Amino acid sequence: MSHPPVPTEPIFNPEDPEVPVPVRGTGDHGTWFTRHVRGIIIGLYVTAFVVLMLDLFYAKHSYFSEEDWFGFYGFYGFVGCVTLVLLAKLLRKAVMRSEDYWDA
Amino acid sequence: MPSFPPALVLSLGALLIPFLRGPLRKLYLLALPIVSFAALLATPQGSSFDYEAFGHTLTLMQVDKTSLLFGYVFHFAAFVGVLYALHVKDTTQQVSAVIYAGMALGAVFAGDLITFWLFWEGLAFSSVFLILARRQADSNRAAMHYLLVQIVSGLLLLVGIALYMHGHDGATAMARLTPSGSGHSIFNLDWAGPGVWLIFLGLGIKCAWPLLHSWVTVGYPAATATGAVFLSAFTTKCAVYALVRLFPGTEELIWIGVGMAGFPIFYAVIENDLRRVLCYSMINQIGFMVVGVGIGTELALNGAMAHAFCDIIFKGLLFMTMGAVLFRTGRMNGSDLGGLHRTMPWTAAFCAIGAASISAFPLFSAFISKSLIMIAAAREGYHLVWLVLLFAAAGVLEHAGIKIPFFAFFAHDSGLRPKEAPRNMLAAMAISGLACIGLGSFPDLLYRHLPYAIPDYALPYTWPHVIQQTQLLVWSALAVGTLMLLRFYPPELRSVNLDADWWYRKATRAFVAFGQGPLMRIFGWLSKAVHETIPTGLRYFARNPGGAVRLAFDRVALGWAGLFRGMPAVDAAQERLREDQARFAETTPGAAWPISTTVLYTAVVFLVFLLVVLA
Repeated sequence: MSHPPVPTEPIFNPEDPEVPVPVRGTGDHGTWFTRHVRGIIIGLYVTAFVVLMLDLFYAKHSYFSEEDWFGFYGFYGFVGCVTLVLLAKLLRKAVMRSEDYWDA
Repeated sequence: MPSFPPALVLSLGALLIPFLRGPLRKLYLLALPIVSFAALLATPQGSSFDYEAFGHTLTLMQVDKTSLLFGYVFHFAAFVGVLYALHVKDTTQQVSAVIYAGMALGAVFAGDLITFWLFWEGLAFSSVFLILARRQADSNRAAMHYLLVQIVSGLLLLVGIALYMHGHDGATAMARLTPSGSGHSIFNLDWAGPGVWLIFLGLGIKCAWPLLHSWVTVGYPAATATGAVFLSAFTTKCAVYALVRLFPGTEELIWIGVGMAGFPIFYAVIENDLRRVLCYSMINQIGFMVVGVGIGTELALNGAMAHAFCDIIFKGLLFMTMGAVLFRTGRMNGSDLGGLHRTMPWTAAFCAIGAASISAFPLFSAFISKSLIMIAAAREGYHLVWLVLLFAAAGVLEHAGIKIPFFAFFAHDSGLRPKEAPRNMLAAMAISGLACIGLGSFPDLLYRHLPYAIPDYALPYTWPHVIQQTQLLVWSALAVGTLMLLRFYPPELRSVNLDADWWYRKATRAFVAFGQGPLMRIFGWLSKAVHETIPTGLRYFARNPGGAVRLAFDRVALGWAGLFRGMPAVDAAQERLREDQARFAETTPGAAWPISTTVLYTAVVFLVFLLVVLA
């Protein structure tokens, strides 16, 4: 991912003009989250596996036949989100314009 | 406490705000929604506050379970919004926000179409100041866009109501326009007609139907940090309320709702302005409600109203967290933000609660409201609808559940170290966050206020529902996480995404360009002809009509003769013509042509006129 350069000057805030936004203070920038990225990701995969396996342990009350498939909801969510992101990337090709499109 | 219409408590009470100063004004602002709420509780069920206007008996307050539900949540939104905006010193915003809340209450309690329309217009005109209050060139443009669309909606509604009343012996009751039951088509001429269609369309604009939705995605992100919180609560939910009231069981709404739930999530993935992402997300959520209204069974209508109730709270919470970020950093683009959880941990935590609520995690509010609509769709056998809604539910997690908190508070470190949100903002977010968890954990708090009983098969806390919903969400999150890890997730980019407003923005620009270019030239020619060419020509002709005709004849004849230029006779004739023209130009009008000639010509014109008229 490309990111804009980190600003180094205090930034004027139009809604709160008294307070310029402090930029990158001194000291430790790491937090619990930044130190545990790997753990969070592993946790997500483990949770996903566990809730998938839970499918074996309850009686379904289905309205449609596909709901009875093992892990239908997980599968549908996963495929749905991947499809969503991929189609959105295609949509970007069609509708994305430069930021000043309407000012021109 | 004597009863008094809450709408008037707020909208008249707002007029006193400018006369109060300092802490007194803050206390007054906080007291207004509370007093108004007390007034609502004091109002008996049924119709009250009838008044005579336009030759009709109109009803200011129609209190039943449907309007009460919206009344409760609107009061909640008004109170939380005022608390959230308590630090704002801009009188314009304070007055317009409170009036706006009053107008929303007026609309949901209106007992007849005319009263409803009056408050409907009030919504538009009071809310636009929350965008104008930003006082920037681009937000002013957005405000005009917003206002124009709102006015179109109001006009459609007005004409629709007039036509409807004309066709129904002046009936004005704010009651269902559809026959009882469900599965009616709006195109069924037995009950619908142009009036009903126009009302339907007018509501549709404010409901942000697909292709009519751009005023939301243009207007709301341009509002002030606090203004957007109010905006997110009222206008669109009034439209949902009106659909519940007037058009339950209208089949077209199912497909409109499916479109609303489906298309905005794609835009939400690629949009950079995080408040605009919330707008797309709002359209998506309203889509669920509209589907519920369209299905029209008791369970579905319950679901639509319950979801509107929850949405006002969790969407307000999300707008509040983003407003706090905007307030502290002056930025709203995902590409400029990130890493803010370091210095705004509370706001980040409240954002996570809002995200979990909108995504419908168990114990959070949408879990107990969205499921009613899903079950209603499934029970009525709308298989495709159900599949799209399930896809949309997964998409909500992607854009509102992950994208919003992730790009604002986590993701890469933007280097920004803003202060935590002010205490009043945190308090407002805390109240909303608690409400989200409270409703999600104790659904009966909400269910007992719904108009219809919730059947056992629709109760949310069953093992299948909890596990299936968790599975859907966790695996959706897994998909997004995996795509990010693989660097396949689209980055936040500074950009504009074209949307349905493209055609009318382009069309109006083309119209203006046509007006300034070709149209001005045509008018220029016309103006020159009327003011210069024709009078000059007439004056020239009038000096000596006979001579002018002869000169013109000679000129045409000699023009042909010009083919034979070089022949002495032709050259001599042309020389003579030039001399004649020069002499003619020196002729004094009237000198060579006495009045009798003028009389003769007048007589000829008169004769021609008579012949034309009498023939």
